[in-house]
Amino acid sequence: MKSAFRLGPARIVYLAFCTCVFVFLVAPIIVIVPLSFNAEPYFTFTEGMLRLDPEAWSLRWYREIIENEVWSASLVNSLVIGVSATVLATLLGTLAALGLSSPAMPGRRMVMAFLISPMVTPVIIAAAGMFFFYSGLGLGQTHLGLILAHATLGVPFVVVTVTATLAAYDRNLTRAAASLGAGPWITFRRVQLPLIAPGIISGALFAFAVSFDEVVVVLFMGGVEQRTIPRQMWAGIREQISPAILAVATFLIVFAALLLLTVNWLRRRGNR
Amino acid sequence: MAGSLRVSARLHRRAQLRAFGLVAPLLIFVGLTFVTPLATMLVRSVYDPVVADALPETQMLLKDWDGEEGLPSEAVYAAVAKELKRAGAERTLGQVASRINRVQGGLRSALARTERALRDVEQGPWRETMGAIDPIWADPATWHAIQATGERFTSRHYLNALDLQRLPSGAVVAQPQERRIYLRLFWRTIIVSSIITLLCLALGYPIALLIARSPPHRANLLLILVLVPFWTSLLVRTTAWIVLLQTQGVLNDLLVVLGLINDDGRLAMVYNMTGTIVAMTHVLLPFMVLPLYSVMRGIPSVHMKAAASLGAKPLQAFLRVYWPQSLPGVGAGALLVFILAIGYYITPALVGGSDGQLISNMIAYHMQTSLNWGLAAALGGVLLVGVLVLYAVYDRLVGVERMGLG
Repeated sequence: MKSAFRLGPARIVYLAFCTCVFVFLVAPIIVIVPLSFNAEPYFTFTEGMLRLDPEAWSLRWYREIIENEVWSASLVNSLVIGVSATVLATLLGTLAALGLSSPAMPGRRMVMAFLISPMVTPVIIAAAGMFFFYSGLGLGQTHLGLILAHATLGVPFVVVTVTATLAAYDRNLTRAAASLGAGPWITFRRVQLPLIAPGIISGALFAFAVSFDEVVVVLFMGGVEQRTIPRQMWAGIREQISPAILAVATFLIVFAALLLLTVNWLRRRGNR
Repeated sequence: MAGSLRVSARLHRRAQLRAFGLVAPLLIFVGLTFVTPLATMLVRSVYDPVVADALPETQMLLKDWDGEEGLPSEAVYAAVAKELKRAGAERTLGQVASRINRVQGGLRSALARTERALRDVEQGPWRETMGAIDPIWADPATWHAIQATGERFTSRHYLNALDLQRLPSGAVVAQPQERRIYLRLFWRTIIVSSIITLLCLALGYPIALLIARSPPHRANLLLILVLVPFWTSLLVRTTAWIVLLQTQGVLNDLLVVLGLINDDGRLAMVYNMTGTIVAMTHVLLPFMVLPLYSVMRGIPSVHMKAAASLGAKPLQAFLRVYWPQSLPGVGAGALLVFILAIGYYITPALVGGSDGQLISNMIAYHMQTSLNWGLAAALGGVLLVGVLVLYAVYDRLVGVERMGLG
């Protein structure tokens, strides 16, 4: 390995290039954080900020979003819709993954392709279809409609993650439990579930992230009562762009980092 | 023997049923909440009963008129006058007129004007009266437009989506040059998605390689860096690019301070195609790196050592030994990025300006602004077929269950 990738000039250029790509991936997101403490309503670093003048830094945008009822209402909406959609998606997705992992499952490949298709379908087509369909059922502009829609979009992530975890599950454990006299439910509850729990939690976090970040379906189906955080940000970017958005974005970045670290921890625990 | 076979067949059937029973709730759920909405939308691309329902008698009488012998008969004028009045009273005239107007521009206002003028008219002769109200009634093109929109099942939305039109004679020809929009937009979407896919490959391959060849602890750290953008809200990332790239933004400021550009020569890097390409590459890069990484992790490092010990130069060893083995990852990543790119909506809508829009944005425009839902559905139908074909290819080559992203 040393001989093929030794530290020559080519290696240095290669490492420099990789560093640039990592900077490209992460820097745009990091830049938002200090800008959200801007005392001025600008989207760039003021001279005062660069001089580290304390006058140029402030919490005014954080105060603004905390005091603004629109943002707190949209946070509540996002959480209500996100958590409900996640519970639904995790329940249905985990059951389906258990079925799909059984060697006896007929038409496994087709069913899998079908269940994962919401992940690749252009969201604008799905949103347009859902708009017509849910309005027809009287579920347009309701929380329930959005919960069902978001559960549909999140469920493929649960299916993929839990199926992957189940692939590593040793079926002999089920047989061992059965031979020791445990019924199917006890076997599942006491043997299988604890082992696949990290996969289920990861899948649930994915599903929650999908809902928590979803804006197109909300744009089409949601009314004023269903304004979520992404919907508010969308309006903010399109209409009156103010650094308050950067303060919200900073919250979301911290939140995303927490989700990511949790999933990473679960994945490593699952591999062990 | 036969008995035990029967027993094992029965056991197998029971296992099948149990597996299927576990999957069934989700199958029903996805069928109801996802497939039905898609299907109802696609139906709109071929089925539109509004004009046929509002003008039934006119449509029936127009069946005998082929446009060869001039204008239709007095009976047709009488029928359309009656039915326009009724549509006006039932407040469906607007929907009817806007559909006819899409075939022949300018008819929306003329139809409304005619309906208003006819409110006080009880008696014929209708052809003369209506001809006096508006000259459109002396133009066979008006009647062709009414006839064309009167079909309940229609191919005109799909023809429209492919820049085609049906002439009154029934022949299908290309739209006039200035009305050919959609094929060019599909083509642009494909080109832009290809550029983004190539950029993702060019940026993603080297770092996937680096991660795959790092010791586990560092690999995990680098993977987290790749996943940060994946988990960060799409709207946050899009905002970030606006902040960085806009004319009064961070990057332009930096270039001015460094003296690379003049203060009045600031670069337009966002609200145009550049913005769309940069932001979408950023958004989709993790979808390239992860499949590449998972394939590269499986390539034994002894292969490169063996190539080197047999006298291959590093580049040669890479091209002849490593690259071919990494191709499955390249295929998986490229296909996934391309599939996601051609249907992308949010990023182009926010940072694309007027020239950075893709086909999804046109679908949204027809859904929300022009309210031409039939055309929106037809454009969506064409896009969906493209995506599903690529998805089927992905399933054959890679397998959908490997779409894991964690």
